[in-house]
Amino acid sequence: MARTPGPDQPVDGGGEERPAWDNKLQYLLSCVGFAVGLGNLWRFPYLCQTHGGGAFLIPYIIALAFEGIPLFHIELAVGQRLRRGSVGAWTAISPYLGGMGLGCFTVSFLVSLYYNTVLTWVLWYLLNSFQHPLPWSACPLDLNRTGLVQECRDSSPVSYFWYRRTLNVSADIGDSGPVQWRLLVCLAVSWAVVYLCVIRGIETTGKAIYFTALFPYLVLTVFLVRGLTLPGAMQGLTYLFTPDLRVLQNPRVWLDAATQIFFSLSLALGGHIAFASYNPPRNNCRRDAVSIALVNSMTSLYASIAVFSVLGFKAASDHGRCLDRNILHLINAFDLPEQSVSRDTYTAALARLNASQPAQVAGLPLEACRLEDFLDKSASGTGLAFIVFTEAVLHMPGAPVWAVLFFGMLFSLGLSSMFGNMESIITPLLDLGVMPRRVPKEMLTGLACLLCFFTATCFTLRSGSYWLEIFDQYAAALNLILLAFFEVVGVAYVYGMKRFCDDIAWMTGRRPGFYWRATWKVVSPLLLLTIFLAYVALLASSPPHYKAWNPRYERFPLRQEKPYPGWVLAACVLLSFLPTLWVPVVALGQLLAQCRQKTRDPPQDRCPKPRGGRAC
Amino acid sequence: MLWLLFFLVTAIHADLCRPDAENAFKVRLSIRTALGDKAYAWDANEEYLFKAMVAFSMRKVPNRETTEISHVLLCNVTQRVSFWFVVTDPSRNHTLPAVEVQSAIRMNRNRINNAFFLNDQTLEFLRIPSTLAPPTDPSVPIWIIIFGVIFCIVLVATMLLIISGIRQHRRKNKGPSEMEDSEDKCENVITIENGIPCDPLDMKGGHINDAFVTEDERLTPL
Repeated sequence: MARTPGPDQPVDGGGEERPAWDNKLQYLLSCVGFAVGLGNLWRFPYLCQTHGGGAFLIPYIIALAFEGIPLFHIELAVGQRLRRGSVGAWTAISPYLGGMGLGCFTVSFLVSLYYNTVLTWVLWYLLNSFQHPLPWSACPLDLNRTGLVQECRDSSPVSYFWYRRTLNVSADIGDSGPVQWRLLVCLAVSWAVVYLCVIRGIETTGKAIYFTALFPYLVLTVFLVRGLTLPGAMQGLTYLFTPDLRVLQNPRVWLDAATQIFFSLSLALGGHIAFASYNPPRNNCRRDAVSIALVNSMTSLYASIAVFSVLGFKAASDHGRCLDRNILHLINAFDLPEQSVSRDTYTAALARLNASQPAQVAGLPLEACRLEDFLDKSASGTGLAFIVFTEAVLHMPGAPVWAVLFFGMLFSLGLSSMFGNMESIITPLLDLGVMPRRVPKEMLTGLACLLCFFTATCFTLRSGSYWLEIFDQYAAALNLILLAFFEVVGVAYVYGMKRFCDDIAWMTGRRPGFYWRATWKVVSPLLLLTIFLAYVALLASSPPHYKAWNPRYERFPLRQEKPYPGWVLAACVLLSFLPTLWVPVVALGQLLAQCRQKTRDPPQDRCPKPRGGRAC
Repeated sequence: MLWLLFFLVTAIHADLCRPDAENAFKVRLSIRTALGDKAYAWDANEEYLFKAMVAFSMRKVPNRETTEISHVLLCNVTQRVSFWFVVTDPSRNHTLPAVEVQSAIRMNRNRINNAFFLNDQTLEFLRIPSTLAPPTDPSVPIWIIIFGVIFCIVLVATMLLIISGIRQHRRKNKGPSEMEDSEDKCENVITIENGIPCDPLDMKGGHINDAFVTEDERLTPL
């Protein structure tokens, strides 16, 4: 039924010679760069902290062993064996599964749209970091120069810079507002940088990856060393890693661990298949899969240590400043000499004054300053990078240098992931021969980047950040889990476990052992199905809502929770299921085509029975 | 008699300058916060300087050029270093209106701060707001400059890559066609075998074929 070649005939995707990696290091760095992305920095530390510190590592490692590594191995093996991008590879495995490749292609397209928008925000902050004092350190003056802008005064300079000066966010998702020109030019530059790096496919990304994959490690080390020497770092780290084993009883923790490992390795996007397709056919993909997955997880841990030492410093300095404010209130109200009450003697002094003059003390606006409250103020995602971390950087000596380093690191982390995304879009297009042969590759990549740029301008509207959250939650999550499920099932059952093990034995020299076969046949599909159902249940349990930044909200610095309007909900549903719809649509199409062929020549009986045993 | 007069004057002064009196302002200094080790102690001489600065500020107001240091009254000096002050008129019976004092202090705030090595936050006049410094915006925002640099670099690099790609493409296209042309041309004149022209039966010069060397030349001499 399928044109699957035997182990002796490696297939090339395309008539002319397929491009190849200059050396193995480029390939490994590309996969590592694709896997290691922004999520390692801003999602994993948050999960670690909210789910019981060191105890979170237990479900994380279990998910890595039973879901992450097996799926990753399948992707690399499929790409290396069939030597095509996702669309060609799945069509080669079975024409009925061709829809999977198209599904991967569509999801990669959607992901690259919003992922590069996040890079645009990072680029904007990077451009603004080259000045002292940093623009998010102080509130700007209002129009008559008598005071500070009200929105900034009520929230904080950092939040104001993010919501107003960067996003210029509207108060409602329905209110799109005009395109923000600052973000538009930054979007143009970030797509230009992506185009520059992917212009000739892996020929150029292979050179760029040396910098973009290694630079973040350098910066993380610098931040780690600096962070550990800051006061308060140790409190942050102990708070992060103190294990609380009770969280293991909460099923949400297991779900988060499984989804984190899944998205962290960037599975089911087709990027790894594309990268592996440029490998020489006899390459030990099993060793590559295990080592890259381990490197990814180690990077997450390393990044969380660096991040939390800085956040511990931030919490300690916020706590110190809170105490200082209280001390100032006290000495101003009671006319005590300056510096007579220090941070250590504050509690004793407060007790003494409360005993002698309780009425006056009660009238003072004293805040409750507890270090744990400040350490608890965790954030993930854009909140961590653009609000919490930028505020922490303000208080480090030499703030602009640290800001430049931090945003430079974020940009190269995101850029190396974008290479994988773009490869999973461009490689299938090249393999399918969408453009005539004489059209050079540079034009194809240019057209792809141009199309993505124009589509992504919708994220530069005033409501862009709300749409980005929608894309992140609905377009990526559910589709990827379903596609991964179809991948495992497609390889284990449709392609055939025996044939797949033969292929791997030919490529790596050793047949996969019991662990691999068990996970591919039973454990991973079950796990993925459970995750999918749990995820759907979670999304359905509460009506979808979003948090809007509304200065006119009565509890203002807190974000206002609003439900999505009807048309937005329809868009969410479409985004969640359209990409995966390719799978049944293509399967049905193939079925109809085969049946039509069979009815055209009935005596020759050319209709091959599909594995499922369904007759035409 | 003199003692009575003294007490009367002090009483009147006490009446004029007391916390929350009409036209009185509270001042708060944070000398140790501002200067750290170089902090000076607040004594009567510093108070004299303060009175002098206030009197100086008032003298700049039209109609108040005759304000003397003795017209400025300080009271309730605490260890925080905070105190109240009023400015009286020459008759010493009434205090000058708060609005005048406020505007006078605001105009000369910088000079008063500098006299004490303090700034607006460490020398506070409660109820007298300070004029905020205008924002120092450079004519071209810095981010645009960096943006221009990055954009130009990316543009130039992309152009270079595209041009080198076009040249490579052209060279590849020209290469095989050139070889074909030369082979076609030479076929009419000289036979080419494997790209090497061969002249059959041409006795032009006689070539020594090194493959056929004589026996003793092949052996190495002793």
